Amino acid sequence: MIHAFSGNAAVAYAMKQINPDVVAVYPITPQTVAMERFADFVADGDVDTELIMADSEHSAMSCCIGASLAGGRVMTSTASAGLALMWEVLFVAASNRCPIIMNVMNRALSAPINIHCDHSDAMGARDSSWIQIHAENVQEAYDNIIQAVRIAEHENVRLPVMTNMDGFTLSHATERMETLEDQQVQKFISEFKAIYPLLDVDNPVTYGPLDLYDYYFEHKRQQVEAMELAYDVIKKVGQEYGKMTGRSFDMLHPFEMEDAEVAVVVLGSTSGTARVAVRAMRQKGIKVGLVKLRVFRPFPKDELREMLKGMKAVAVMDRSDSFGAFGGPVFSEVRSALLGEDVEVVNYIYGLGGRDIRQDQIEQVITDMSTVAKTGKVKSFVTYLGVR
Amino acid sequence: MVSLKKLSEKEELLAPGHRLCAGCGASIIVRQVLLAAETPVVIANATGCLEVATTIYPYTAWRVPWVHSAFENAAATIAGVETMYQLKKRKGEITRDIKFLAFGGDGGTYDIGIQALSGALERGHDILYICYNNGAYMNTGIQRSSATPKGASTTTSPAGRVIPGKKRFPKDLTAIVAAHNIPYCGQTSPSFYNDLTGKVQKALSTEGPTFLNIISPCPRGWRHETDESIAMAEEAVTSCFWPLYEVENGAWRLTGYSKQIAEGKKEKTSVIDWMKKQGRFRHLFTETRKSFLESIQEEVDREWENLKKRCGY
Amino acid sequence: MKEKGWKECLWGGLIVDAGNSVLYKTGDWRSQRPIRDEQKCTDCLQCWIMCPDAAIKVKDGKIVGIDYDYCKGCGICCKVCPFDAIEMKEEGEK
Repeated sequence: MIHAFSGNAAVAYAMKQINPDVVAVYPITPQTVAMERFADFVADGDVDTELIMADSEHSAMSCCIGASLAGGRVMTSTASAGLALMWEVLFVAASNRCPIIMNVMNRALSAPINIHCDHSDAMGARDSSWIQIHAENVQEAYDNIIQAVRIAEHENVRLPVMTNMDGFTLSHATERMETLEDQQVQKFISEFKAIYPLLDVDNPVTYGPLDLYDYYFEHKRQQVEAMELAYDVIKKVGQEYGKMTGRSFDMLHPFEMEDAEVAVVVLGSTSGTARVAVRAMRQKGIKVGLVKLRVFRPFPKDELREMLKGMKAVAVMDRSDSFGAFGGPVFSEVRSALLGEDVEVVNYIYGLGGRDIRQDQIEQVITDMSTVAKTGKVKSFVTYLGVR
Repeated sequence: MVSLKKLSEKEELLAPGHRLCAGCGASIIVRQVLLAAETPVVIANATGCLEVATTIYPYTAWRVPWVHSAFENAAATIAGVETMYQLKKRKGEITRDIKFLAFGGDGGTYDIGIQALSGALERGHDILYICYNNGAYMNTGIQRSSATPKGASTTTSPAGRVIPGKKRFPKDLTAIVAAHNIPYCGQTSPSFYNDLTGKVQKALSTEGPTFLNIISPCPRGWRHETDESIAMAEEAVTSCFWPLYEVENGAWRLTGYSKQIAEGKKEKTSVIDWMKKQGRFRHLFTETRKSFLESIQEEVDREWENLKKRCGY
Repeated sequence: MKEKGWKECLWGGLIVDAGNSVLYKTGDWRSQRPIRDEQKCTDCLQCWIMCPDAAIKVKDGKIVGIDYDYCKGCGICCKVCPFDAIEMKEEGEK
């Protein structure tokens, strides 16, 4: 079906079609509208879901953990400070292997308070053992949520999945998009399989014991493995979903990379703007390509390396900063993935607090890359793009 | 009145081999609670003594489904479990009755967990939250909490040359919980197992959120001999420091020994005598701190009179 | 218990062997040992309901012994007995 949906409406619609057992949530801009819409579905009996309007995001995620371990499909949504408040229990959800699906409408962190987009919320949670998928547009945001259910619940994975979309840029932008039929979604996600549910009172289990130096390390090693196995699952689920919809889903989405000499790496809604910039600069004779990073966790290091090796220069666009570090979080990862390759990798931090990123700015980045490629010299490894 | 003989026929759901201290009040409370439960239960436990000492991996003392998530979220965690149960019951996927319990210490309940508790109570989950209240963060080495009695010396409210231990009275959490207008809440003590098990059974047979605040002596933190735990819990009640009462659908009622004191059938003992038996108050028994000590007796007396009034005496 | 590798243990510290703490004997913490006088004991079960370690063994409503595998020697049973039927003795003392 074709709809004109905002990101929030698409999220609510995807959740309606998934029909999760329990949703626990707390309102925060720019995610609130999605939850209002979903509350309407619950109020009208369009879903079977039990909805918990929690007292905070910390409690919302804690409710999700309890509900997930009880043995059922659980979803939530948040942004910014909400994700930050969940930080402690994000780790608990992941290490207890709760396949919770959480949509994050990426928003800047305080202070000063700012309701607009950047990725500092998601990047702050990058080490929590949650799978992270980033959407370019409303269509992808919808598609990612449906796929996330299969990824999270896969027996080799059993990790929570965070589907990210840019706050306001996508959450409040209305786009033309297609949805699957309800039955198609149900068939695709299939039945939830509970493993060691708390509600099985005849087979009592203990979750979350005190785990000291004799076993904690082993349990963390298991999470590493789950992330590694998730890689394959994400690809396969993407292919299967792609076959059904005619759209393609992978860890990385290259554009004009076949003969590219310089490249831009970006995630989220900026990918669209970057694509237009690449096209324009190609017309000016610069052999530039684009790599959209769809999945940030697990980080597709090998594939990225294959795609970027041989480039003369690579610009990594970060919509958050890691204060005091050498560049933003995406930059650090891309650069270490390219360790040993003769590629200059530079970083552009942009768009903090919703600062708009324009086509001409990305074209300037591409021009810079072209210069680096020609001269072999980097003026600055980290550039703050669009700051006065 | 429960029959101990009957209770003794039930399975012990908290297995021995747990590593709570000798004479710990928490394990006595948990045993009594689980023996009183007449249906299967699922438990969420806040971080604390009870949690760490009963589940040192790869061992668990729990013979019931049990989950620990974090310090401040036992109420939210059990609310999630209970919500999934309600859904499965509604869909007909589960037919049997299961009850949902949360255990938290006073730190996890009065302090860091009060928001999650308040939220769960307001939303109306069908749960019983039990605070085993030993009046400090015992697990991490006896730091003061908002349940620590006035005058108690803890590692973060130490009695010094100038300051005589904790300066303020504990907050009245049971009354705060009652103000949520939940169907049932109360206070009890493991020394009066009839009162405790009776209240647990009442709470578990009540639909909606219920809460019990249970005093839990801690030999390490209270500084008394390990064999004194039950005596300390008892004297907390007889001195009216820890009155036994319940609030059922807005009606306040004294129960057991406290009711008998109010009705003149039992003698109210001195809170100062109770304090004298605990090392955490030792520093108060000097000539210079006499008036401070007396202020504690006055406060306990005043609160007791207030409670009696609320209960219609 | 032999320590397992990460491929062998269940994820996240999940324990499915409910009540396996019985494999951990806390009896050796004890410095004092409760001794029950069967003559004085009336099987009132006060000691049983007050024991922090479920170490008073009861069968058919009668006390059949003290489980020294788990008794930590706190002495609560001795203190709460209305009939002075339990005595605490130093470990090692006859």
